[in-house]
Amino acid sequence: MDYLLSDEQKMIKELAHKIAEEKIRPVAAKYDQSEEYPWDVIKVIADAGLFGLFIPEEYGGMSVGVLNLCIATEELSRACGGIAVCYAASALGTFPIVLFGNDEQKKKYLPDLASGKKVAAFAITEPEAGSDASATKTTAKKEGDYYILNGLKHFITNGGDAETYTVVAMTDKTRGARGASAFIVEKGTPGFTFGKKEEKFGIRASSTRELIFTDCKIPAKNLLSKEGMGFIVTMKTFDMSRPGVAAQALGIAQGALELAVRYAKERQQFGKSISSFQGIQWMLADMATEVEAARGLVYSTARMVDAGIKDVSRESAMAKMFASDVAMKVTVDALQIFGGYGYMRDYPIEKYVRDAKITQIYEGTNQVQRNIIALQLIKEMARSK
Amino acid sequence: MNIIVCIKQVPETTEVRINPETNTLIREGVKSIINPFDMYAIEEAVRLKEKFGGKITVISMGPPQADAALREAISMGIDEGILVCDRAFAGSDTWATSYTLSQAIKKIGDFDLILCGKQASDGDTAQVGPGISAHLNIPQVTYVKKIEEVKENIMRVERMMEEGFEIIETPLPALLTVVKEINEPRLPSLKGMMRAKSAKIALWTQKELNLDPQKLGLCGSPTQVVKIFTPTPRAGGQKLSGEIPEIATALVDLLKDEVH
Repeated sequence: MDYLLSDEQKMIKELAHKIAEEKIRPVAAKYDQSEEYPWDVIKVIADAGLFGLFIPEEYGGMSVGVLNLCIATEELSRACGGIAVCYAASALGTFPIVLFGNDEQKKKYLPDLASGKKVAAFAITEPEAGSDASATKTTAKKEGDYYILNGLKHFITNGGDAETYTVVAMTDKTRGARGASAFIVEKGTPGFTFGKKEEKFGIRASSTRELIFTDCKIPAKNLLSKEGMGFIVTMKTFDMSRPGVAAQALGIAQGALELAVRYAKERQQFGKSISSFQGIQWMLADMATEVEAARGLVYSTARMVDAGIKDVSRESAMAKMFASDVAMKVTVDALQIFGGYGYMRDYPIEKYVRDAKITQIYEGTNQVQRNIIALQLIKEMARSK
Repeated sequence: MNIIVCIKQVPETTEVRINPETNTLIREGVKSIINPFDMYAIEEAVRLKEKFGGKITVISMGPPQADAALREAISMGIDEGILVCDRAFAGSDTWATSYTLSQAIKKIGDFDLILCGKQASDGDTAQVGPGISAHLNIPQVTYVKKIEEVKENIMRVERMMEEGFEIIETPLPALLTVVKEINEPRLPSLKGMMRAKSAKIALWTQKELNLDPQKLGLCGSPTQVVKIFTPTPRAGGQKLSGEIPEIATALVDLLKDEVH
């Protein structure tokens, strides 16, 4: 399908495709096995200028929007969902500063994030505050010109490898969700350490660690927006970044589909290529249609965000939920087409199934996405009465 | 340091198909790319510029579509592109090509270094680079695998040999042809691609260069392609097995039979 991309967007697609094919695909299995952070690939992506896609020009970026970020993420994910998420998670950690940072904060942090010299991370999840972010226990207590952070964040993508963190902590526990605030915390700040690195089912090239704050003293000027804005910062950030997760899922699905089509053509059984069997053809046709439908939803949502439409919660949730469900189904079907070979690590397809699964879980489980969509529907209905 | 990089656009394939009637390359249906060896020349030029400053000009002689190759070079960090293109240049062999390119380089004027890939992946002659240096009467070093040192008007390089390498010092300006061991070419950057898209590629025709028509194109090419053919594959040999004394005896017998 032709999405009428601009010349600039076609260029981003071409460049990300080149990086994916030449620099990511050859090392995807290696990083999946070793679980090392793919610094060499991150440097290639940085040199290509892709880290600046969503950062305003005056702070060293290209300021070309969420659709461009989605296009890049999709292409990178075609080759490896794990390496792509190192890139996308940095965008997630950077968005709060782009959206809510003051000029001083933007000047200080964005240029290095735009050039890819530094990688960012976003930290809200805690052991007891996953989908229910209002249960956040990490605290930030103001003392003079500083905030003192105490608590534990876990499952933080890019944790330990990122230099710049956006951390959500409670400044006023009595106010519930309205008592949360967002802060920029730099790696190396005394009292800020890292816990264990998680061993994961998929996206194993990316790092996932605990962040531990023990009387961690940060300058008060690192507060993003105002006290009490922590969950607004989070929700607005997710509205921007969810199309990116959706694009990651889309790329994984597209990559698996391509591998399945190629394998079906090559694989001979009963004296002919298995792609000549209608059973396989129909599977491929369904997979391709679902991937295209997901792409339509993801790109349309990203275009809405770029057009400055304020409330995109519903569409963002739909795109993330649908694209990730498609990724899960398409990767499982692709593995089925590979048959017994597909179950073996020697073939690349089982990794796609493992990488796809997380997209149904993180940045809000798909159940939470459905809650968001349903809530919007009911609200709209009430309003129209 | 001002550098000129010479590149050629070639078909993206290792199995070049030849039209047996015209003895020319079949280009239809084959994507065009920058000659892979020229990518190393581009990369080395960009690295030298990053170190010493200066300007890099990329030049190619070819059909109008070679414009894409020049833009790709610009996206990797080259400053300017020149396309040498005219019907009058068509059918040039390596002699006429190197002559034409050398005259275009004279027109560019001031330069310290010319970089070329060791050869093109389609013709495989490895003659155009050395030909340019001969026409310009400047020193050449072929098969360079490392630039060791650059001093005022002098350069020390390692030249790849079949076994080991030579260290050669050459005065500048000079022409180097480079091998793939010299570096790993970078990918373009997004900013580079945007610059390449809007870059103005200079088009130099016979009118701009005003060269002696007798030295151009088919007319100026002493090479005559009489026939192009795929060599017939060698028939498989005979393998002797067994203990060494037995093999030796069998071999001697076979050789005797061969003589008779």
